Parts: sequence; structure tokens; C-alpha cells
Amino acid sequence: MKRNFVTAILMTVVTTILLGVIYPLVVTALAQVMFPAKANGQLLIRDGKLIGSRIIAQPFTGVGYFHPRGSAAGNGYDAVNSGGTNYGPTNQKLLDRVKQDVAAAQSENPGAPIPVDYITTSASGLDPDITPANAAFQSPRIARERGISAEQLRTLIEKHTDGRQFYLLGEARVNVLELNLELDSSYPMQKRASR
Amino acid sequence: MTLNGWLQIAFFLFLILAVTKPLGVFITRVFSREKTFLDPVLRPLEKLIYRTTGVNEEHEMAWTEYAVAMLLFSLVSMLLLYFIQRVQGFIPPSLFNPQKFGAVNPPHLAWNTAASFTTNTNWQAYSGETTMSYFTQMVGLAYHNFVSAATGIALAIAFIRGIARRQMKTIGNFWVDMVRASLWVLLPFCIVGALVLVSQGVVQNLRPYDTVKIVEPQQVPHLGADGKPAVGADGKPVMDTVTEQTIAQGPVASQEFIKEWGTNGGGFFNANSAHPFENPTPLTNLIQMFGIFAVSAGLTYTLGRMTGSPRHGWAVWGAMAVLFLAGVMVAYWAEAAGNPLLHGVNQQASALQPGGNMEGKEVRFGIANSALFATVTTDASCGAINSWHDSFTPLGGMVPLVNIMLSEVIFGGVGAGMYGMLIYVVLTVFIAGLMVGRTPEYLGKKIEGYEVKMAMLVALIFPLIILALTAISSVKPFGTWAIANAGPHGLSEILYAFTSATGNNGSAFGGLNANTAWYNISIGFATLGGRFLMIIPMLAIAGSLAEKKYVPPSVGTFPVTTPLFSVLLIGVILILGALTFFPALSLGPILEHLLMNAGKAF
Repeated sequence: MKRNFVTAILMTVVTTILLGVIYPLVVTALAQVMFPAKANGQLLIRDGKLIGSRIIAQPFTGVGYFHPRGSAAGNGYDAVNSGGTNYGPTNQKLLDRVKQDVAAAQSENPGAPIPVDYITTSASGLDPDITPANAAFQSPRIARERGISAEQLRTLIEKHTDGRQFYLLGEARVNVLELNLELDSSYPMQKRASR
Repeated sequence: MTLNGWLQIAFFLFLILAVTKPLGVFITRVFSREKTFLDPVLRPLEKLIYRTTGVNEEHEMAWTEYAVAMLLFSLVSMLLLYFIQRVQGFIPPSLFNPQKFGAVNPPHLAWNTAASFTTNTNWQAYSGETTMSYFTQMVGLAYHNFVSAATGIALAIAFIRGIARRQMKTIGNFWVDMVRASLWVLLPFCIVGALVLVSQGVVQNLRPYDTVKIVEPQQVPHLGADGKPAVGADGKPVMDTVTEQTIAQGPVASQEFIKEWGTNGGGFFNANSAHPFENPTPLTNLIQMFGIFAVSAGLTYTLGRMTGSPRHGWAVWGAMAVLFLAGVMVAYWAEAAGNPLLHGVNQQASALQPGGNMEGKEVRFGIANSALFATVTTDASCGAINSWHDSFTPLGGMVPLVNIMLSEVIFGGVGAGMYGMLIYVVLTVFIAGLMVGRTPEYLGKKIEGYEVKMAMLVALIFPLIILALTAISSVKPFGTWAIANAGPHGLSEILYAFTSATGNNGSAFGGLNANTAWYNISIGFATLGGRFLMIIPMLAIAGSLAEKKYVPPSVGTFPVTTPLFSVLLIGVILILGALTFFPALSLGPILEHLLMNAGKAF
């Protein structure tokens, strides 16, 4: 008993040093050497400034931008407060929110079916992607605001669409931040004087 | 449901089938102390550990000493984790605390976390990125991911030895088993696995959180002191302009891989494996699900090999695979069907979208991978999540709940799934023996009153803890106050919390506001009871079996290597689980399902 107690204390110390200190530091060193960009969060730089991570959603609400999925992370898209709404399927708050968003979406793009990921919040609140259906649904608005043809926009969306990994895994998806950045650089917003 | 979805599920099960034998052989060699290809590196390290900690690796322990050593190690390492959390405020920024987090408060939160990580539960009443320093994550939490898993593996091996040995008083040495599990079965896979995850985009750094200038500055309502949107003197809402986003970082990958490989499940971030920095691509998602099942699947082969009956191992594997498929089918069907209460929304699967119930799910995983992950993480006692189970449809959310209620024996937690399953095997053999009117035997060992009593103790303590604590919480204000979703879903939230804690799973119906004195303390005790009160009777069975004489099989022996045995085993698991929990389930998810289809909301 006493001997096992002493061993328990020593074992805790020794394994903590090995598994709690040496292991993570070795992995960090290897990761920083082998995959520095990935290991640091795939941060994007524009005009010398950090403007976001490629794989973390940031808010877009302007009419000329593709909008990411809804977010319940903090006050929205808070990347130090990841999380979802945790609304159950029979929660009235969920149904009220969806009803309101559906009404807005219908007035924006009348007659088109509303893709479910357009009016639901993501699990992390930081989902960087939307479905191709969602991108297509938002396209008429973007084309109108940016003054570009539907064809040009479709090509651009396809460029930023990742298919299933190895043609099998996951789902097809469109990266919102990259798509919006390319919109800004290739098709800057028209002057709003006419409106 | 789509063809691609089913293909992904089939491909996943195929990978598990393929890894079972090679990993099982490897694990057998490790614990039989035969040569492995890792010995040149690990053997000197192992000897060094024994020398510094005073372990005699030739010493053999009776089951009682094995239990005492295991309990002492758990106690000491749990106290250390509590201590690390409470002194976090004194840890300087330069020592991996760049966000200068203070002590984990209140103390009952630190207690809950310490109990939860020591028991391989990893229930999290805190949010990682706002509470835990990199130091605490690495030294405190990820460390327990290793040793709680290693302890589980050691216990399963001890139980298997109990079956395999004849007329012996001992079942191995806890320290040797735990160290060999850490060094051989966990650590090498984690180093490689973590780097593969980084190559896909899981972060691994020690930098302070990054602040970025967002592309389109946002106008958001200014929140007053009361937390509500403030209104200015002109009656218009006051708006703030947000120009920045702060992005949490950290040594995630090293913790991520052991989180799955050791079926721990505690996320580095609050959103766990839904967070793009923890699980950025469909490939990382597959690797994580594979990691959750791999060791436990391998252990079924180890069981067959160490007891000299490989086909028995496969019979157990088969029972597990059938139960796994049943769960994933229901979950996938329910989630793909979507939420009938959402009107004017296209929930149909097509080439352009996965459709279905997407609230609380990520686009890159869609429906199939969310339903599959939820099934896998609760079949095993992992508890990592890539979508919020609370937002699942009632029947989709019932699958994870039922999986845990069957005490996580469908592959199960590393080690814990194996010894949990062996308890069911003992009961199955006993029932088969009753049916033919003979003294039941299991692999040449007579199963007698003592073993069955101990097995029933395990089978009864588990629901007792869950149902008693759920009952108290669902009638007392300190329990119901925390519910986030009204109606039957509220009961599901409480029931899920205590089931998850007692089953040492750690996933949650996350809406429940569990960071309160009542839930932190009661859930902490539930995790401890769910682990150690199960382990002690289990080790008692192992000790008792080891002492028995070998009885050669006769014509009257019920063979444990056939599909008939697998079917009987599945029957016992389902009947025991259903009889125990059906009343509670019918008041929670089943009632909610009926009301949802009748168009009722809360």
C-alpha cells in the first residue's frame, strides 16, 4: 500500500513530464517546421495586415458579399467563443428565428427554394463554408450589386468550391471568405451614386 | 439519405475491420512482453521510468493490489489536475499562459473538471478557449487523456488475463500495464497522428490569440449593463462598430489526436470537433472517427488471441458491428429527414446540398458525417462531437443517448468498452446456461454465483446513479433552472447529462447550463461512481476467474464463437438496456418525436 502510494506520486510526476510537457512541445516543434502555415491557423494577409483565417468564418452582412452561415459564437462569429445555439427541434425560439429569416430570404430572392444551411446556425459558429446551393441562392443579389453576369459569378463560385475530398469524403462546400476576397479584388463594388 | 452517405459509412466500417487484426496482434505482443518493432526506442525509456518510480516489473499483483494501485494513481493525478487549475493565475504568460488566464473558478468547476478528466469522461462545464491556459491544456488535461486511457487499457488486459490464466492468484502488474499502454499503444500513434492532423490544418502553436482586421466592419447593437441592447436618447438602438476578430490559437493537434485515440473527447475549444481548428476537413473527420474505434476494435482481437479462441473475439466484434450499424442507420435516417416544423425551407438532399436538419451542424460534414460521428462517439465512451446533439431531431438525438445507456460496449471506450462488454458476456453465458440447465462455462471457466453477483452489481449501479440523479434534477428548481429547451426536450437534456457522466462519455445536450454548484458537484461524483464502482466488481470477477481450474469443453458447453452467441449477446444488451431506460426515454425523446410530428413546439 505504502509502496504503491509512493510509486503513484513518482509515476504522476514522471509521466506528466513525458506526456504533458515533452510530447506536446516536440509535436509543436515538428509542426512549426513541417507545416508552419497550417500550424498557425492559415492566416490571410492583405495590404500588410492580418485580415482573418482562411478556415474561420467572419461576419459579412453587406448586400455585395456572400453571407456565411448564422453564428451563435459569442455575439456572432466570435472566434474566442465557439459554439452553437443548442436549440432543440421543437424549440419555439428556433422556429421564430427561422420564420423571420425565411420571410427575409423570400423577399430577396422570390420563388427560389431556400437552402436549409442558409437559415440555420452552424455547430462551431465559425463554419467557413456554405453549400453550393446556398451560394447559388445568394448569387442574383451579388450579381446585381457587383454589376457582373451570372456566368462570371458561377465561374468564380466554382473556383472556390471544394468537392468531396478524394471524391468520397464529406460534402461539397464553398469557402465564403476566399470567395468574397476575390470578389473585392476582381469585381470591386460599383459606386452607389445611382441608388 | 444519399448513396454517397452510405458509402462513407461503409468505408468507415471497412477501415475498422481492416485495423482490428493488426492492432490486436500488436496489443497482444505489447502486454505479453514479446518483441515489437518499437522496442529499441521504447524499452530503454520504459526501464528508466521503472527505475525512477520504484517499480519492480517482475512483480505480479492479486486483483486487490491491482485495484489499489490503480485507485492511488487516479487519486494522485486527479489532485494534481485540480491543483494546476486552481493555481493557473500564478502561471506567467511566458510559461504557456499567453492570455493570462486566472484560476479556474469557482472551485466546484475545477473539481468537476478534475473528476471528469481522471475518469476518461471529459465532460466540460467550461469553455476551453476562455478558461484554460495552454499550460493547463497540455500538462493537466491532455496528460489525463493519456493516463486515463492507459488505465482503461490496463484494466481490460487484466480482465482478459483473468479469463486466460488457470489457478493463479495474480492478474499482472498495474504499473507495467499502464506504462506499456502509454508508451506502446498511445504515444507513437499520437505523434504521427497529430502531425497528420496538422498537415490538414489543425493548429499547433503556442502563440497568443491573433487579432485580425475583418474585411467588412460590422454594426452591432451595443449591449447595456443589463446585457440587453441599449437604446439612445433619440429612441434608436445604440450601435457599436466591430472592426476586429480575435482568433483563439493553441497546441491543439497534440491534444486532438489523443482525444480520439484514447476515447477521451474533451475539446480544446468549446465547439470541440466542430471547430475548424480542431477538425478542418472531411479527412481529419474520418481520422478522428477511426481513432475513436481503432484501439477498442483491436482489443476484441486481443481478447480472442490471449484466451486462445480467436473466433470468440470475432463473435464479440460481430455483435458490436451489428449494434453500431443499427444506431447509425436510425441517426442518419432521422437527421436526413429534417425538421418538419421548419416551413418554406428546402431540406431535400441534392447534388448542391446535403439537406436535412442542419441546425448545429457544419457544411463540410453535412448529415451523414454528423450522424456517423454522433453514433461513433457514443458507441465508444469518447464524447467528442462534430455537431450539437441537442439540436438533433428527437430520434436522431436518442441514438447517442441509447448508445451510452447500453453502457458503451459497442467497441466502447479504450479498455472500458472491452471490460464492459465482458460483463455482458458473463451474463449472456449465464442466461444460456440457465436455458439448457447446466452450470454455465465461459472459455473453460465455470461461471458461478460470485461472478454473476458481481456482474449484476455493475449492471445495477449504472442505472441507479443515472436515474436517481436525473429524477432529483428534474423536480428540483436547482435542476430545472438550467434547462435550455422547454417541453420533453428539457428532460432529455438532464437525462443525457447524467447518462453521459455516469457512462464516462462526456458529450452533452449542450444547452443545459451545467456550470452550477449542483451540476458540477453531482456530475463530478457521477463520473467517479460510473468509473470506479464499475471497475472494482469487474476486477473481482477477473481475480476469481484467474483462480479457477480449466474445464475442457463438452457437448453441453454453449459455444461462444458462433453467430448464435453474437445474437444472444445482442439480445441481452438490448433487453437489459431497454428494460432499464425505456420509461425515461418514452417521457423524453419519444414523446418529443410524437409531439413534433403533431406540429407542437415549446
